[in-house]
Amino acid sequence: MASSFTRILSSKRHLGILSFVGGSVTAGFLLHREHVSAGVPVRRRYPASAEYPDLRKHNNCMASSLTPALYAKLCDKATPNGYTLDEAIQTGVDNPGHPFIKTVGMVAGDEESYEVFADLLNPIIKERHNGYDPLTMKHPTDLDSSKLQSGQFDERYVLSSRVRTGRSIRGLSLPPACTRAERREVERVVVDALAGLKDDLAGRYYSLTQMTEEEQQQLIDDHFLFDKPVSPLLTCAGMARDWPDARGIWHNNNKTFLIWINEEDHTRVISMEKGGNMKRVFERFCKGLKEVERLIQERGWEFMWNENLGYILTCPSNLGTGLRAGVHVKLPLLSKDARFSKILANLRLQKRGTGGVDTAAVGGVFDISNLDRLGQSEVQLVQTVVDGVNYLIECEKRLERGQDIKVPAPLKLFK
Amino acid sequence: MPFGNTHNNFKLNYKVEEEFPDLSKHNNHMAKVLTKDIYAKLRDKQTPSGYTLDDVIQTGVDNPGHPFIMTVGCVAGDEESYEVFKDLLDPIISDRHGGYKPTDKHKTDLNFENLKGGDDLDPNYVLSSRVRTGRSIKGLTLPPHNSRGERRLIEKLSVEALTSLDGEFKGKYYPLKSMTDAEQEQLISDHFLFDKPVSPLLTCAGMARDWPDGRGIWHNDNKTFLVWVNEEDHLRVISMQQGGNMREVFKRFCTGLLKIEEIFKKHNHGFMWNEHLGYILTCPSNLGTGLRGGVHVKLPKLSTHAKFEEILTRLRLQKRGTGGVDTASVGGVFDISNADRLGSSEVEQVQLVVDGVKLMVEMEKKLEKGEAIDSMIPAQK
Repeated sequence: MASSFTRILSSKRHLGILSFVGGSVTAGFLLHREHVSAGVPVRRRYPASAEYPDLRKHNNCMASSLTPALYAKLCDKATPNGYTLDEAIQTGVDNPGHPFIKTVGMVAGDEESYEVFADLLNPIIKERHNGYDPLTMKHPTDLDSSKLQSGQFDERYVLSSRVRTGRSIRGLSLPPACTRAERREVERVVVDALAGLKDDLAGRYYSLTQMTEEEQQQLIDDHFLFDKPVSPLLTCAGMARDWPDARGIWHNNNKTFLIWINEEDHTRVISMEKGGNMKRVFERFCKGLKEVERLIQERGWEFMWNENLGYILTCPSNLGTGLRAGVHVKLPLLSKDARFSKILANLRLQKRGTGGVDTAAVGGVFDISNLDRLGQSEVQLVQTVVDGVNYLIECEKRLERGQDIKVPAPLKLFK
Repeated sequence: MPFGNTHNNFKLNYKVEEEFPDLSKHNNHMAKVLTKDIYAKLRDKQTPSGYTLDDVIQTGVDNPGHPFIMTVGCVAGDEESYEVFKDLLDPIISDRHGGYKPTDKHKTDLNFENLKGGDDLDPNYVLSSRVRTGRSIKGLTLPPHNSRGERRLIEKLSVEALTSLDGEFKGKYYPLKSMTDAEQEQLISDHFLFDKPVSPLLTCAGMARDWPDGRGIWHNDNKTFLVWVNEEDHLRVISMQQGGNMREVFKRFCTGLLKIEEIFKKHNHGFMWNEHLGYILTCPSNLGTGLRGGVHVKLPKLSTHAKFEEILTRLRLQKRGTGGVDTASVGGVFDISNADRLGSSEVEQVQLVVDGVKLMVEMEKKLEKGEAIDSMIPAQK
């Protein structure tokens, strides 16, 4: 991954600014991390065969790919920050998975994890992302929202529209491995930058440690507040450490652009509104993201990104765009049709309940969003959702009129 | 193994203030003792196996505690933790164990014959008797820190030792990961089966990693002597039976423990012990004897008496519900056990339980007859 290191080197010209702004410690950091490509080998007391996890009852991507030979090859490696294979796979060892749902079973502790543990992560990425090969393929990034066509849904069916992604700050460790100071640095860098947003994006930050009772209640009523993770998938990976230190929520005054800080990723960026104007939601999404990026770059920072994996996030399932674009849509008739699942699969869409992942639908209202994250651009994925949801609404209308519907041909995966 | 951020040495580039945890809402022993100075002094230290200060305190940072219950807020990853991090752990030990000083010596006494009485607790009141402790195998790291390889070795050594026992101690090992449904049902009915820890006090310290790998339960055929392997400590050893014959329970406890220790020593694996801290266990609250000797006893009248708490304190006893720690009592039945672990011996602690429970049962009988118990209230032991 020479390209990621090139970008780090190129940030050398920003180091002057960093020192000027009083970030001399962090300037020292970026220098330090450039000059090592791997950390000190892990001291092992027992042979790899004695340490290899028992994965016989496991059903996750990590368990499918981690052979004893691969474990032996990687188990004494560490990233410059000291993150090890055992730490990266701990969540997958502790959570055998579900017979029907295949979880990823592994996280990254920092950007370098994707390099140091590539021999394990690449097959996992391939399995999770439809055969995408990080060694040979390039991921397209495209945040030009003007390219989106017909992004206005029939509001008799679509109740709300939302687009989310994540962004990581290059040079700082990710939530499974970050220290308290690094996490606080992420908070400082991002909150600082967000203070520079203007007009319809202007807003404010609510730190989890300092919010008042009233602020907390308001955020709950707005459905903005995130809670300490309880899912063992996250807690076993160490992401809830030191809660609620350096965690918080930022949102604009209009309550249509929202950023979570230090939850499962450094940042989660969300654009949303009631109704079916996905075009406007996506426009705000792209504009906001680009503005935030500009503001952090002014201060000598940048997002983790490379041309093979796109945006680097904690969970390998969120690589590429990290984007989930979705709607809450009423499909009472279609959802009872035996062909519903097949239609969704061919349209590269997934359904969830209206509480998000792992919830059930209520009153025929479903959360419908894109399945894919890596190998297609933001514009392409949102277009897929727009086209797909329009098709679903057409099906619902046809069923209302007593007409039959057709299962569409499956979409091509990598465009 | 390193857990989370602990081997992230880039943190040493940050100032102490930037790394120091926010303990402003915390109420545990670690939060009371840990200052920025202590943090600064210890933050770059490691034990020989690589355990760090941040490892020690993580559970206390993640679990602010309870306004009424003072948790310890830190754990040891190995025997050396108690030495390398003594600037933090000694004051915590002193707070938790009644002013125990770094220069104090702890007495170990597992000679059951030194116990006076204990075989005549009234079984109409005392429903069951139990003594438990923990043991750690010298030279191996503790549950918050050990790797799969090390945990499996602990299991192997423990099972070898236990399966060589005979007589009243002849028994069988049930590994958690290969237990049949029938075996599991039986162990649950016997109240022997332990479950994956759900308490965040334990999970945040990394003790549930790789569950159920390397964990299991051994018990003798008579179901009166039970050992948990690789739960919160390397070994938890339990002797128990229905009724009030605490003397017999304690005799079996001592005999079994000493036999097990002998076997481990023969294979050059003693238990972690030193003359200052006694038996070394994961949680600083269990140092010394690591012993909790207790009974399930019916005290419906005494437990509602205004002086109940004071009586317990003076007798150096504590109450719990019949589900164990953090449970409520049911039908006036309480779990009464010794409060102390460090600074007094096994015999002394079980003596306190035997004498104290005997007295409380007499008080209960008096209250049943409508008589006062004020003259019976003891002085502070």
